[in-house]
Amino acid sequence: MTAATNEIKVKARINGEPVEFFCEPRQTLLEVLRDRLGLTGVKEGCSNGNCGACNVIMDGVLVNSCLVLAVEAEGRTITTVEGLARDGGLHPLQQSFLEHAALQCGICTPGFLLAAKALLDRNPHPTEREVRYWLAGNLCRCTGYDKIVRAVLDAAEKMAMQ
Amino acid sequence: MSEQTTQEIVSPAYKVIGTRPARPDGVDKVTGRALFGADIQLPGLLHGKVLRSPHAHARIRRIDVSRAARLPGVKAIITAADLPDVENKIQEVGEGAIGLKYLSANLLARDKVLYHGHPVAAVAATSVHIAEEALALIEVEYEVLPPVLDVRAAMAADAPILLDDLRTDELGQKGTEPTNVAEHIRFQMGDPAAGFAAADVIVEREFTTSTVHQGYIEPQNATALWNQDDTITIWTSTQGAHSARDQVAEVLQWPATRIKVVPMEVGGGFGGKGNIYLEPLAALLSRKAGHRPVKLVMTRAEVLMATGPTSGSFIRVKMGATKDGRITAAEVWMAYEAGAFPGSPVGAGMNVILAPYRIENVLIDGYDVVVNKPRTSAYRAPGGTNAAYAAEVVIDELCEKLGMDPLEFRLLNGVKEGDRRASGPAYRRIGYLETVRAIQQSEHYRTPLEGPNRGRGVASGYWGNWGGRSSVAASVNADGQVNLIVGSVDLSGTRTTLAMQLAETLGIPVEHIKPVVADTDAVGYNDVTGGSRTTFGTGVAVYELGRRLKEEMIGRVAELWEVDPAEVSYADGVFAAGERRMTFREAAGRLNEDRPIMVSAATHAQEVGPGFATHCVDVEVDPETGKVTILRYTAAQDVGRAVHPDLVEGQIQGGVTQGIGWALNEEYFYDREGHLLNATLLDYRMPVAPDLPMIDTILIEVPNPGHPYGVRGVGEVPIVPPAGALANAIYHAVGVRLTHLPMSPARILEALWAKA
Repeated sequence: MTAATNEIKVKARINGEPVEFFCEPRQTLLEVLRDRLGLTGVKEGCSNGNCGACNVIMDGVLVNSCLVLAVEAEGRTITTVEGLARDGGLHPLQQSFLEHAALQCGICTPGFLLAAKALLDRNPHPTEREVRYWLAGNLCRCTGYDKIVRAVLDAAEKMAMQ
Repeated sequence: MSEQTTQEIVSPAYKVIGTRPARPDGVDKVTGRALFGADIQLPGLLHGKVLRSPHAHARIRRIDVSRAARLPGVKAIITAADLPDVENKIQEVGEGAIGLKYLSANLLARDKVLYHGHPVAAVAATSVHIAEEALALIEVEYEVLPPVLDVRAAMAADAPILLDDLRTDELGQKGTEPTNVAEHIRFQMGDPAAGFAAADVIVEREFTTSTVHQGYIEPQNATALWNQDDTITIWTSTQGAHSARDQVAEVLQWPATRIKVVPMEVGGGFGGKGNIYLEPLAALLSRKAGHRPVKLVMTRAEVLMATGPTSGSFIRVKMGATKDGRITAAEVWMAYEAGAFPGSPVGAGMNVILAPYRIENVLIDGYDVVVNKPRTSAYRAPGGTNAAYAAEVVIDELCEKLGMDPLEFRLLNGVKEGDRRASGPAYRRIGYLETVRAIQQSEHYRTPLEGPNRGRGVASGYWGNWGGRSSVAASVNADGQVNLIVGSVDLSGTRTTLAMQLAETLGIPVEHIKPVVADTDAVGYNDVTGGSRTTFGTGVAVYELGRRLKEEMIGRVAELWEVDPAEVSYADGVFAAGERRMTFREAAGRLNEDRPIMVSAATHAQEVGPGFATHCVDVEVDPETGKVTILRYTAAQDVGRAVHPDLVEGQIQGGVTQGIGWALNEEYFYDREGHLLNATLLDYRMPVAPDLPMIDTILIEVPNPGHPYGVRGVGEVPIVPPAGALANAIYHAVGVRLTHLPMSPARILEALWAKA
């Protein structure tokens, strides 16, 4: 990729692979992930941090990629929904969302999966209340959250048994 | 955690219907591979932005794009001057009729802007940031006019007039004076005056409701390529590819068959993605930019300012009943805001408002009124939630005055087969009373609610549902797998429910059906996915498709066996004649050696089964803050036949949650000049996970006689009862009747203070 005059080179680790890209200082991580790196599983719902559709995990922390500038990714490790499935199989959360019909249209699903992963990474045995409060930054307009909460609780249980 | 229950009234032994298979698009949607509208990438793609009016009501004096055009990277700029003049014709687009002229004027304002956010110009550039910079360089001179922002104010004699050519359609007669009232409709039955004279108790109340939005998480988007051969391809997140194509054709005055619409995955619609906004702009920009593809994606603020919302409204309900609890008469007067152009769902609201009740003497007046807000579009059971809210609160008050249990009252007055409502013919087989009994017998209702500031409310709801036109096709592969080609866009799992119906009809496993949503060039016409029509209406087409496919294969197996087709039977995936047997898979292999197997079907499903629901909710109201906490929620619904119970439950839970948001929090705030003040998802407050408990569902299966498997639409009616149920629960918790939606903490506090 060639750099325009005002573009900055950024090196990061994304979904386990070293990645280099050029970006303008005004571009968000969301824009670069989607439009430059082709990771369109990261969704744009509001671009001001209110809906969680663009959630990614950066150095272990759940972030709204619309509120992170792409240049801030320098030296960071980032996981997007495209990096959740490992070893040829779906992540237990992905499996659980399918089994519990925890998605309808699917636009919020990548964000919910990343948010749920970040929760289970730090709290492997959350209560229903903890799941609901942790997911407060993710909007879903289709499901009423019922089946999403069940899917996360069930995945936690299954992951604990593994 | 509570459980979901399914009560089957009739239970034929289906093999596929009623099971819960994985959805065929599931893996793509949990791995990020599913392509939604904004995900499309094309070589040479340009990015567009729309300039929007900063005023709610103004005349456009002058637009100067010359400075913007000189900005490096800008490739095209369009204004209303680039849109063809269209005569004022009416086009049917499923859930409402649209004046084409108004449709065009909503895309790009011609001489006047009519709401804050009304598009004025659009730019295509090499990057979205350059397009944004260019917008700032477009000069528009406005003559600002006084706005009108409330339905009753807009009906006043001295109100500012939005549309100079608008005349009231007064019960079918065109008026002669300029007005903001587009239409007055009336439903009448019996003798209301006599009915009220016979009443022992009469309750009359007035209600107002705020403008609310569908709130889909995916913003509107469109990408278009106007090719050098003058064909247009449009990739968009739409509820109806054919409807989008035909709307674009009309506003561009371009042959529909030279336009191909490719329906991308849709990130929620709820009625709001049946209209076009960006598609024609992207196409015009593409042509003007030298036939390069152009992508337009709205910001969230644009979505809230200029798409969607459903009507703010004023509703007066008067109802009378005898001492023994029989409703004798009802009178309703309702006025709905249409937004900037005619077409509110007031007619649908009039259908909904008294539908669950058998009332002999009825008068319903409805008004469709333009105001300086975005043009409204359908939102899940359009016009139903606010209407039912008003009626269900009045019924609760009647029950209180009569000292009757609200469910007993509904059982006494509720509609069943053969009853008719003021707005339509007699009901065929329906399951309304079953939903009331299901709540009555539920563990939830039988468990007493205790504690201060706690209350329980119930409410019912109706939605008529829809059938519509559908085209489908199937080809059988040599390995016995069937490709099912549909044109109904999949918003929430209809690939699955349609594949299940084909599998049931063919007697093969659902995993052997591969459903594909095709573009407008690849499949026949399909009405929009909306009106709860797809699993029912396209389901009818799929059933017919399965029947024809069986017939075709029986005929060809008979050819192969050299017997009369009448001698060949087919059941449970096996063809048989005398001693001869052949499985579906074997037949697929043999027949394909000769020639491929492909059939199609096109239907217009007419025998629509309406949906009824009764909901029960327990709340606790914080008397210091006015905040409502939902303790428990149960929704009982006649679903006809739950093709995939998980998906039906999901429809109910999602609809209930939207209803809860409408009831308690969601509303548009405008300042006096008509600027929308809360165009973000922080300030437009939709429910989040901690706001809710689990939503319990009771699925009641009273089969729709108009569908071979008894299917009724299920998606819309769940949004109808929640506001009424919550208003009644709040009353029983703290003793105040809330007559405005949303029943936000501030309004509840005001009501509590007024009571004290």
